[in-house]
Amino acid sequence: MTSTITTYLCIGCPLGCRLEVEEEDAQIVAVRGFSCKRGEEYALQEHTDPRRMVTTTVAITNGRWARLPVKTTAAVPKEHERAVYAALRSVVMRAPIRLGDVVVGNIRGLGVDVVATRDMSEGDGV
Amino acid sequence: MRYDVAIVGGGVVGCALAYALTRYQLNTLLIEKACDVGFGTSKANSGVIHGGHHSRAGTLRGDLEWAGNRQWLLLCRDLGIGFRQVGELMLALSDADVPVLEEYKRQGDARGVPGLTLWDRQQVRDDTPSITEDMVAALYAPTTAVINPYEACFALFDHARANGLRVALDHAVTGIAAVQDSWVVQTQGGDFEADFVLNAAGLYADEVAAMAGVGTFDIHPRKGEELLLDKRLEGIVRHIIFPCPTPISKGILVIPTLDGTIMIGPSAQEVTAKDEVTTTMEGGSEVFAGAQRLVPGIQMRDCIAEFAGLRAIADGDDFIIGTTVAHGFVNVAGIQSPGLTAAPAIAERVCAILRDEGLALRPKTTFVSLPAVRARFAGLTTEEQARLSAQDARYSHIICRCEGISEREIIDAIRAGGNTLDGIKFRTRAGMGRCQGAFCAWRCMALLAQERQTPLHTLTKRGGGSWLVCARPEEPS
Amino acid sequence: MISDKPHHLRQQYDVVVTGAGPAGMAAAIGASEAGAAHVLIIDREREAGGILQQCIHQGFGMHHFGEELTGPEYAQRFLAQVEAHGIDIITDTFVDVARSDKTLKLMSAHEGVRVISAGAVVLATGARERTRGAIRLPGTRPSGIYTAGVAQRFVNMLGCLPGTRAVILGSGDIGLIMARRLALEGVEVVGVYEIMPHPNGLNRNIVHCLHDFDIPLHLSTTVVEVHGRDRLESVTVAPVDDQRVPIMAQAAQIPCDTLLLAIGLIPERELADGLRLRMDTVTGGPLVSSTMETSQDGIYACGNGVHIHDLVDFVTQESLLAGHSAGDSLFGRRPPVDNVRMIPGENVVSCVPHTISTDREHTVYLRVRRALDKCAIRFGEIYEKKLRYVFPAETVTVRLTPRFLARFPGGALRIDILPRQGARGDEEAA
Repeated sequence: MTSTITTYLCIGCPLGCRLEVEEEDAQIVAVRGFSCKRGEEYALQEHTDPRRMVTTTVAITNGRWARLPVKTTAAVPKEHERAVYAALRSVVMRAPIRLGDVVVGNIRGLGVDVVATRDMSEGDGV
Repeated sequence: MRYDVAIVGGGVVGCALAYALTRYQLNTLLIEKACDVGFGTSKANSGVIHGGHHSRAGTLRGDLEWAGNRQWLLLCRDLGIGFRQVGELMLALSDADVPVLEEYKRQGDARGVPGLTLWDRQQVRDDTPSITEDMVAALYAPTTAVINPYEACFALFDHARANGLRVALDHAVTGIAAVQDSWVVQTQGGDFEADFVLNAAGLYADEVAAMAGVGTFDIHPRKGEELLLDKRLEGIVRHIIFPCPTPISKGILVIPTLDGTIMIGPSAQEVTAKDEVTTTMEGGSEVFAGAQRLVPGIQMRDCIAEFAGLRAIADGDDFIIGTTVAHGFVNVAGIQSPGLTAAPAIAERVCAILRDEGLALRPKTTFVSLPAVRARFAGLTTEEQARLSAQDARYSHIICRCEGISEREIIDAIRAGGNTLDGIKFRTRAGMGRCQGAFCAWRCMALLAQERQTPLHTLTKRGGGSWLVCARPEEPS
Repeated sequence: MISDKPHHLRQQYDVVVTGAGPAGMAAAIGASEAGAAHVLIIDREREAGGILQQCIHQGFGMHHFGEELTGPEYAQRFLAQVEAHGIDIITDTFVDVARSDKTLKLMSAHEGVRVISAGAVVLATGARERTRGAIRLPGTRPSGIYTAGVAQRFVNMLGCLPGTRAVILGSGDIGLIMARRLALEGVEVVGVYEIMPHPNGLNRNIVHCLHDFDIPLHLSTTVVEVHGRDRLESVTVAPVDDQRVPIMAQAAQIPCDTLLLAIGLIPERELADGLRLRMDTVTGGPLVSSTMETSQDGIYACGNGVHIHDLVDFVTQESLLAGHSAGDSLFGRRPPVDNVRMIPGENVVSCVPHTISTDREHTVYLRVRRALDKCAIRFGEIYEKKLRYVFPAETVTVRLTPRFLARFPGGALRIDILPRQGARGDEEAA
């Protein structure tokens, strides 16, 4: 029987509780260190299925600015976060763009889209 | 091309020499190692035009201070640059200081400096209530003034260029060789031949003299740190405030600059390296303490920038101006305080030396004057601004929000030779205000990139390796 | 598509708002809702939205919209409302000076130089970043030292990078967010250095921006010197003692070509200074009443130009109030004059607004000097409320209702934030 304790910094509030998740044989046996219900939920989520929203920019030609801000429509599994960024590096959009326009659909097969987070009218890029 | 005169060094002295010489029918060349003029000692100068009473009689520094003071008054008008005769108060902080004030008054009176007056404590307090209560008396000198040293450099340089000056920027001198009856100045970017070489190389004047085989003196860098304070303090002093000077330094001054900021400093510290322009915690604290001793209301939190410069102190502590045993090689070296003040007088003296050495100085029949650079948009009346804006809409497009500098002024600076962010900054003041370029730096960069048709990542702060940003990795750089 | 092209500019407006960031847009909407027919927003940026346009990350709008938005999304929602209210908006326009008679001198390429007048003015000028000069960072003056916001502009809008190897000074949210941004763009982020013994940003950003990217956070450590002649070559960092004095014996030199300064924001004060408004020396912004009116009649202020907010949602809330008040003032609808002066007491650094009245509800924003666990906030003798914790980096927001205020006769009201009996203090909590 193996027992492991993983610690997390709670992100719910400035208290920043040190959360502990204890596992025995890959089964969670205890969650400790939280001082509110949200903290406990966060510890379980972060331990079993950590997810991150991806917000970044992609290149845009002919736009008012040189970069177009984008985001994923939902949080993606944390282990795919960097791959999503990497996949967006080669994307080049063209103005005009509207908020919500899909930049990449179903990115890396994760079932979420990457969409523009603003309108971008035409311009000289700088 | 064989030049009549090659000036080595594009500080305020080199620029003043260039301005003076291009009034004559001569082929004049200015060689400068940096990417722009005024980027060495001159840039860090505090801009004080000394009143004429500061330097000892019988020294070049003393003789040229008062002459220079008078010349700047006219020169600034000719160049269209700012000159404000703010006057000076030299404070006695104890009874023991009073005889020093009297000595300075005698020194100035003897030289014909007008208006030197001893003020008692009450007169000073009535005039400038922010001055320390510890002051017992002051010497008032109405002749002391402020200019912008870099503005002066650029105006002298631009006028000289408009009148035929040839320029080699980014050309560090590597050797100087005598060939028959002329000189060859060797640089990284090629050789230049000239009948006369003027050594105005500032901190490096000793090395340049040595290259010509007349290395008879050393230049010792003396660092001065200065603090620029927020415009919020505008009006805290009306005059430049001096402490009683000591043998090594004029002390820490409180200077109402031409542009409404307050500058305090400089400290004085002997250093060994000629590029040792670091600011230090100790130096800054010394400057602050010195300023607060004169004007207690000055707060450290008003500091918006700290910088340092090096004075070029020659052996003997005086200017070295004159011919050498190497015919045609003229030193204009060791130009420490009051070097900015003396610069036009130095140029006049060097012209006389060149004439004595056989160079024919025939005045040009026409001398091109440039439009005043000082007509800064922000300083104009609303009516004048509206008129200019109607002529060119870029005048009313403000790029630097602290100093109110317009797009048109930035473009003018770029077209006048501002090739770098600092080149724009020192020509226009864009980026010198309280936000220190947070608002305008990228805007200036974008305008420079557009004017030069080059990507942002090729731009520099002040030439050399001072790159500003890099390209994204997926883009070709 | 939302357009922010200039409309035909009128000579006279009911309300003019300076600044089209979140504060300005909310103020203009508030004024319009209060009945002002002609409302104008002026901004010196080329588009509305203020700093939100470069804050491409999530974290905006939970309070106001009940969902998490990115900065540009938050901005665009407000811009749509501004349009819907028929509010005029002109960008790329610099307000050179605002005067007490409520005239404003504008400059722009498209409008030239002109003076317009207003029935009421709302200053929504936002904040600027503290610079190197503010913290007296000695050394050379090479290129490569940027405030975090400038670097954010480079990366997120201009499409270039500030350098290749970066040190970040300051662990506020801007510093943390930029650490992640740079790391994602291939810039090596050596570490984030924080002079205080605790981080200044949200724990969420500590985890998502630093832990996720293995970027170290060095607490009680600061940058003490910068090196490099042309471009930044290295910085010296040193731990600090409990008086925040660097321990030079433990200093280390760290090679880097980029230093980002994320060392705080201060209210923009040019227009306020020009108006000679009475200012709060702590917040750096103007003194404001419970209606967000400054020391001059008909001149209102809101947002980060008054005091630095943690969340844009609070900026919005405060600015709607300022705008409503400005609009109301046009119709002579003025609430009773404030009769309470707020006095920061024990462990309270600042309080906005600076005055309130006893007749109605007010939201007050406070900043504390030091962290406390399990504490209480006390408003004179009239009101006490338990707080779970307070942190210097987080605003304490308290709603004061007439139920309590009615007991107060008026005058100075002192605010203290004190440990509760038996509660742990700062040291134990740390």
